[in-house]
Amino acid sequence: MTPAEIREEVLDILRDIAPDDDISDIDDAKPFREQLELDSMDFLDIVMELRKRHRVQIPEEEYTELASMASTVAYLEPKMKDL
Amino acid sequence: MYDVIIIGAGMSGLAAGIRLAYYGQNVCILERHYTIGGLNSFYRMAGRDFDVGLHAVTNYAPKGDRRGPLGRLLRQLRFKWEEFALCEQRGSMIAFPDVSLAFDNDIELLKSEIAAKFPGKSDAFERLLGSIIDYDDISDDNYAGSARDILGETLGDPLLVEMLLCPLMWYGNARETDMDWGQFCIMFRSIFLEGFARPLKGVRLLLKNLVRKYRELGGELRLRNGVQRIVHDDDKAVGVVLDSGEELQARKIISSAGWFETMRMCGQPQEKLEGSPGVLSFIESISVLNQQPRDVGFDPTIVFYNDSNKFHWEMPRNEICDTRTGVICSPNNFVYPGDVQLDEGFMRITTLANFERWTTMSDADYQQAKLKWYDQAVASAVRFIPDFRRHIVATDMFTPKTIHRYTWHDNGAVYGAPEKRLSGETHLKDLYICGTDQGFVGIIGSIVSGLSIANRHVLQAAS
Repeated sequence: MTPAEIREEVLDILRDIAPDDDISDIDDAKPFREQLELDSMDFLDIVMELRKRHRVQIPEEEYTELASMASTVAYLEPKMKDL
Repeated sequence: MYDVIIIGAGMSGLAAGIRLAYYGQNVCILERHYTIGGLNSFYRMAGRDFDVGLHAVTNYAPKGDRRGPLGRLLRQLRFKWEEFALCEQRGSMIAFPDVSLAFDNDIELLKSEIAAKFPGKSDAFERLLGSIIDYDDISDDNYAGSARDILGETLGDPLLVEMLLCPLMWYGNARETDMDWGQFCIMFRSIFLEGFARPLKGVRLLLKNLVRKYRELGGELRLRNGVQRIVHDDDKAVGVVLDSGEELQARKIISSAGWFETMRMCGQPQEKLEGSPGVLSFIESISVLNQQPRDVGFDPTIVFYNDSNKFHWEMPRNEICDTRTGVICSPNNFVYPGDVQLDEGFMRITTLANFERWTTMSDADYQQAKLKWYDQAVASAVRFIPDFRRHIVATDMFTPKTIHRYTWHDNGAVYGAPEKRLSGETHLKDLYICGTDQGFVGIIGSIVSGLSIANRHVLQAAS
């Protein structure tokens, strides 16, 4: 997957978790938390969805890498480039 | 071999099941009764639908509110807000002999009522509001503590303390007389700060949604399959033996059966366990009216009444029931869309009852007691609301015996054991508890409990 495809995939997961939120104008540099009111359980959902859909494993101590769209895509790129 | 076995198909078990099945776990829910729901269930009699537990769903939040328990659980279960079809209450009341306090889903009404009826207490009530702990901040460290003491100190008015405790104890206090501060905060938020709502079709709509989603995700549900014991290998739970003798294996077990009930399944002798099962059980006297309750002068959604200035929250010990205090609820009195209404009027009156006495009498005595205490409960309630008795076309009643059949809780204890086990952990590895005895009560609370235990001990533990 390319970084653009990974970004689209993360957006799709966010749409699933927060169906009532408008995520089309998300700012990649800003933390999700500030834009979407995500709580720690929502981050668990992002991790679980990535595992469910792509078998990507993310250890608990690395959840912090998923803070913003930019950091998430950068973190996932090496894990998902061969998918 | 299952990934997870869940004991009990109530709100918490179903919620945990959905969450786990959604993430690909091979889940089986085992339920002893022939129907789902546990405490919050339903039945049909003489062509009419009745709810067992639910008067109202607490923790109401409007669509788009993501922060509270309702928003959180809808998100985690992947339900749309509309699927719960919650319609807000019309307004409720705490009725004591000389004073009553109206409240609804906007705290401002309660504030203005307190300002009007307890002059000079507004600042104290604001201080109380400021000290109510947020759900996420409730922990073993701040849960304990006497709500009566804290309220007494903060408010400095004994009657106001009793009046605030009355609805909160009625809707979720497993402890006699006093309430843990943490539980008080949970109930205060869920009732006074969030509020009451109900789907037109009652609890069965919520249960049907939960079960449908669980099955769509591939979850297995086995009714009439009670768990006789939990099998363990040293200190690790490995499976269950059913009442039928069949043995099932699982990597993890989540039990919503209650703490003492679960410990007994593990073969732990009761005397070795700390604390005790709850004792607070109820009867509910249901009247069907030939008119809408509003047309016979009953406007509120719920009235919590108490016939003296002291609220006694105790299991009746001298009589089989105590009707000095009770809850009167009409499921008709919610704001349903387009003024749709239930076909008939329903008045439900809940009062305190003694489980032991109700479950040890002969069948003939039981039938007589139902008639007698139906009359007494209704007679007690109509001291506080318009007398609706000449409009009654049918009655029914459920008792601690009924509650036991649905929940299998020791003592028919509606809210389970007084000591909550917030971590959900047990003496065995891979055995966790969820539901009433874990922490949160009520429909939304139970669902949140199932979700948080599934998240913390199965999903998070695996990542």
